[in-house]
Amino acid sequence: MGKEKPKIAFYWCASCGGCDESFLDLAEDILDLVEKIDIVFWPVALDYKRKDLEALPDQSILMTMINGSLRTSEQEEMALLLRRKSKILIAYGTCAHLGGIPSLANQFEREKILEYLYKSAPSVVNKENVLPKIQYDEKGHKVTLPEFRNVVRSLDQVVDVDYYLPGCSPPPKLLKKAFSLLLSQELPSKGSVLAPDIALCYECPRIESKPKDLSIAEFKRLHHTQPAPEKCFLAQGIACIGPATRGGCEARCIQGNMPCTGCFGPTSRVRDQGAKILSALASSVKAKSEEDIDRALSGIPDPVGSFYRYGLAKSLLRVKRIESNNSVESKNNGVEK
Amino acid sequence: MNSKKWEPRIVAFFCNWCTYRAADLAGISRMKYAPNVRIIRVMCTGRIDPQFILNAFSKGADGVLIGGCHPGDCHYVEGNYKALRRFRLLSRMLKDMGIEEGRLRLEWISASEGEKVQWAVNNMLEKVRGMGPLDLPDHFKEWDKEMEMVKPELSEKVVRNG
Amino acid sequence: MDDLKEEIRIGVYVCHCGTNIAGIIDVKEVSRTAAGLPGVVISRDYKYMCSYPGQAIIQEDIKEYKLTRLIVAACSPLMHEETFRNAAAKGGLNPFSFQMVNIREHGAWVNDDKEAVTMKANDLIRAAVYRIVCHKPFQRTRVDIQPSVLVVGGGIAGIQAALTIANAGKKVFLVEREPTIGGHMAKFDKTFPTLDCAACILTPKMTSVKAHPNITLWAYSEVRKVEGFVGNYKVQVGRKPRYIHEDLCVGCLKCIDSCVYEKPQFPKEFDLGLSKRKPVYIPFPQAVPQIPVIDPETCNKIKFGKCKQLCMEACNERKAIDFDQKEKIEEIEVGAIIIATGFKIFDPKRLPCYGYGIYQNIYTSIEVERLLNASGPTGGKVVLQNGKKPETVGIIHCVGSRDVLNTNSWCSRVCCLYSLKLAHLLKEHTEAKIYNFYIDIRAPGKNMEEFYNRVSKEGIHFIRGRAASVTLDDSDENMSGVVIQAEDTLIGKTLKVPVDMVVLSVGMEPQPDAKEVGRMFSIPCAENSFFLEQHPKLAPVSTMTEGIFLAGCCQGPKDIPDTVAQAGAAASEALSLIDNGYKELEPYTAYIEEDECAGCKTCIPLCPYSAISLHEEKKKAIIQETLCRGCGVCVSACPSGSIKQKLFEDREIFCEINGVLERQ
Repeated sequence: MGKEKPKIAFYWCASCGGCDESFLDLAEDILDLVEKIDIVFWPVALDYKRKDLEALPDQSILMTMINGSLRTSEQEEMALLLRRKSKILIAYGTCAHLGGIPSLANQFEREKILEYLYKSAPSVVNKENVLPKIQYDEKGHKVTLPEFRNVVRSLDQVVDVDYYLPGCSPPPKLLKKAFSLLLSQELPSKGSVLAPDIALCYECPRIESKPKDLSIAEFKRLHHTQPAPEKCFLAQGIACIGPATRGGCEARCIQGNMPCTGCFGPTSRVRDQGAKILSALASSVKAKSEEDIDRALSGIPDPVGSFYRYGLAKSLLRVKRIESNNSVESKNNGVEK
Repeated sequence: MNSKKWEPRIVAFFCNWCTYRAADLAGISRMKYAPNVRIIRVMCTGRIDPQFILNAFSKGADGVLIGGCHPGDCHYVEGNYKALRRFRLLSRMLKDMGIEEGRLRLEWISASEGEKVQWAVNNMLEKVRGMGPLDLPDHFKEWDKEMEMVKPELSEKVVRNG
Repeated sequence: MDDLKEEIRIGVYVCHCGTNIAGIIDVKEVSRTAAGLPGVVISRDYKYMCSYPGQAIIQEDIKEYKLTRLIVAACSPLMHEETFRNAAAKGGLNPFSFQMVNIREHGAWVNDDKEAVTMKANDLIRAAVYRIVCHKPFQRTRVDIQPSVLVVGGGIAGIQAALTIANAGKKVFLVEREPTIGGHMAKFDKTFPTLDCAACILTPKMTSVKAHPNITLWAYSEVRKVEGFVGNYKVQVGRKPRYIHEDLCVGCLKCIDSCVYEKPQFPKEFDLGLSKRKPVYIPFPQAVPQIPVIDPETCNKIKFGKCKQLCMEACNERKAIDFDQKEKIEEIEVGAIIIATGFKIFDPKRLPCYGYGIYQNIYTSIEVERLLNASGPTGGKVVLQNGKKPETVGIIHCVGSRDVLNTNSWCSRVCCLYSLKLAHLLKEHTEAKIYNFYIDIRAPGKNMEEFYNRVSKEGIHFIRGRAASVTLDDSDENMSGVVIQAEDTLIGKTLKVPVDMVVLSVGMEPQPDAKEVGRMFSIPCAENSFFLEQHPKLAPVSTMTEGIFLAGCCQGPKDIPDTVAQAGAAASEALSLIDNGYKELEPYTAYIEEDECAGCKTCIPLCPYSAISLHEEKKKAIIQETLCRGCGVCVSACPSGSIKQKLFEDREIFCEINGVLERQ
């Protein structure tokens, strides 16, 4: 085989699996890629175990792509382990980049989540009220589960990240470009997001239809309207997060007649994507009195869900503050019992 | 938490033309108000990016006060209306994020209303004092403590958040 | 720029302001704390930083310590920011490498707790230290200013403004929509409270306008397009065809005499249709310019292409008449613009309860002005349709004013007083019994209350109550009289007053095209559509667009003295602007990084000054710096963070926030 091929690893944390699947979107290009690299770890596709990974020398993996957000101690351990073994660590996809949809759970207390999922959800039958335990003795065998954390985190809130590949999931074009960039050793500056640093509107096919004097009378919810197929969503009073979202996806959602929901995250110049789109949309409202403003904005009933759909973990506020007298310490004592 | 008795911290964004001048007038008139407020000058309330407000909360403000020209009196025609629109939506979002109503406050204070600055600061302070500390930085630290077991070195390092 | 590793060397200066600051804030402690902040190489406290020795310390330190940034913690920046910017500049620093910290008005003067306020000063200085690291040097942009002014509107406001500026030796272009200047004032008979003849005081000014070497008068013309910015407005003026060449006509008026229409038979605009004119006419004898105009709607030659064209014959070799004349566009460049487009008189047909246009002998106040005027349609005789003198006249106040439900909410300010004037004049002319139906008599201003007292002693009747209706008087056998019904609110009784003649004291409204005109000049209208001044008290003749000023009733109803005063003020503002030759723009302007802008257009409609436009090829927003006033609304609204505001960049404010909140 001659020269050793660069080692690549993939890993998933709290993820829907879409990111792993997105590698297959490379289609026939994947064959070229596999020619050039050596995949040493990929739980969703290949049967390597953690101990195989541990056996590799530190820094021996050229590049690891981790997708998914992090909520369990196991995910943290794996992220740390992969960080140690890899030269380059990439947060792959929105969840690893910004916390993703799972980080919307940062609006709810851990206890409430467990309570709902294991007890009160209408689809749950759990008469004994059994909740997952970190340790459990089954006929003398000690069974352990990872710790379920108080909050959901992005990858860089747990380990040092070199690059980010945004998107839910990242489009094959960007993935291909990232691979060729990183394999060519022409490394961009650390911390770069490997997508254009410009908002989506620049590549949106509907931008021409957005009037230059847009003033929004009221926001309409998507399911209450029949969006016109070629008109800017904002011009139709439908919240579109595109103006506050990095481009590079070629406006995939818009081409499917759905507004942008912001999965690529903000440009490098914006610290908090949700605050920025909130500012832009609210400023564009026509109304002047409090009542009229509220009415116009009532079409955005859940600003957190609309503006931080993918980025609550990385937002300035990160987590919903739960009012409680005895702060967070009380919640820090394991899962149950 | 600090050992010292907790004192609320309020960050105020005042527009250059009305409320900042009103605060100057309060000074010239020697009106005393609580020392807990830190005034940041912007040219217009329309310049106030919601990011600033969130940043203030996340860096330890217990309250944020916005002061601008009365509706119709904006030095830049309608900047205050833009501020009002953002304020309405941001307040709702903050509430959804568990930040009580009243921790973010918008007051129209004209350049002649020094007394209103005094009143707004004192009144807000009283309300925020009643709500207790918001103290997001300590919350962030508390949350991130849970990773210490896995990653001891993390306890020293503030988690990257920007 | 960010990549250049610039060494940050900050000097912090804490002012005692005598004991104003030092009496409560521990300035030594504050200075010591500042010295420990990152980037600070020297920190001092001094008795009076703003004094010459204080500034000298700064200037010496800049050299000795090679300072690149300067912070002064003292009074309000509104007090001394410019002082220290200049001190920085004298010391060789860029004036914007300076930040002022307000520890007097916002610190020492509003707090008693020494420890707390010292901590506050520390926090504010820390914020400034963090922020100032981000400051980038720049120069204020200067723009040259054209030494000429455009005045739009040739009523008394425009005339006064034009003459003031022209007398100062500056070039003025006066544009008037109607064929003559003079505006509404030219139609008045007498003016309150002095009762001097309107024409006697106005026409000399009109003549001076025409004769003034510095004034270019374009009557019967309209502004078509305005581009540019303060000091450099490019304006297109359309000169509508009079069908008579102004430069060839000598004003002999022979064309009027010779017109094929021997008798005037078309409603004369100047007399509000109360008299007739020919297709070729002059609005009134003292019109300026003294040049007839041919009305294309009534001229046989223009309308039907057929006429003996006796006027051409009369004009003879002058050849001033030209039926093929087209609108001519004149392009001018001016440094400032004064808008004096006036008002519209309220149309009482909108209130059918008063019977205007339904019954005979119901007139608007301005029609009565013409009837009273010696050169008016009746030669100054006030008579009823039947030729008799009226014996009773009812004057209804507030028609189209102070009527939130039906018409306009505002008080038109002049109606009370002109109603008193008309009452006096009608009494003088006809000896009729005169009833005033009023809500309140508002007579503020010099000699106005005295005028009211004088008129009320002349036997004029005052009924306090808004007139409800004007109906036909059934009891009158000739069926020519009417009855005014009103509640006298002082005695709480409904009255029915039969009168021969009704005068409706109509109010003032914005010109119907005020909004379009406003848009053309980028000046906003207030809720009621009168033009909005920059500040109601401190900048009453300025607009939101620099270099554009307001005069007269286009800004709101006012009387002649106020109009003339305001026109003078507008003229002096325009003069002070253009006389300087150049203008420094606000330093806080916003700019867009072209590569970063996605062309989402969010910012464009938010700018109150229309300073942002979309580059049609690049599809990116661009800010015209000369129009930007630095409010920063586009900056905070830009969803991709691609607009920056000088001295108020996002990172500067973020640092400031972090600074005030960092725990010691």
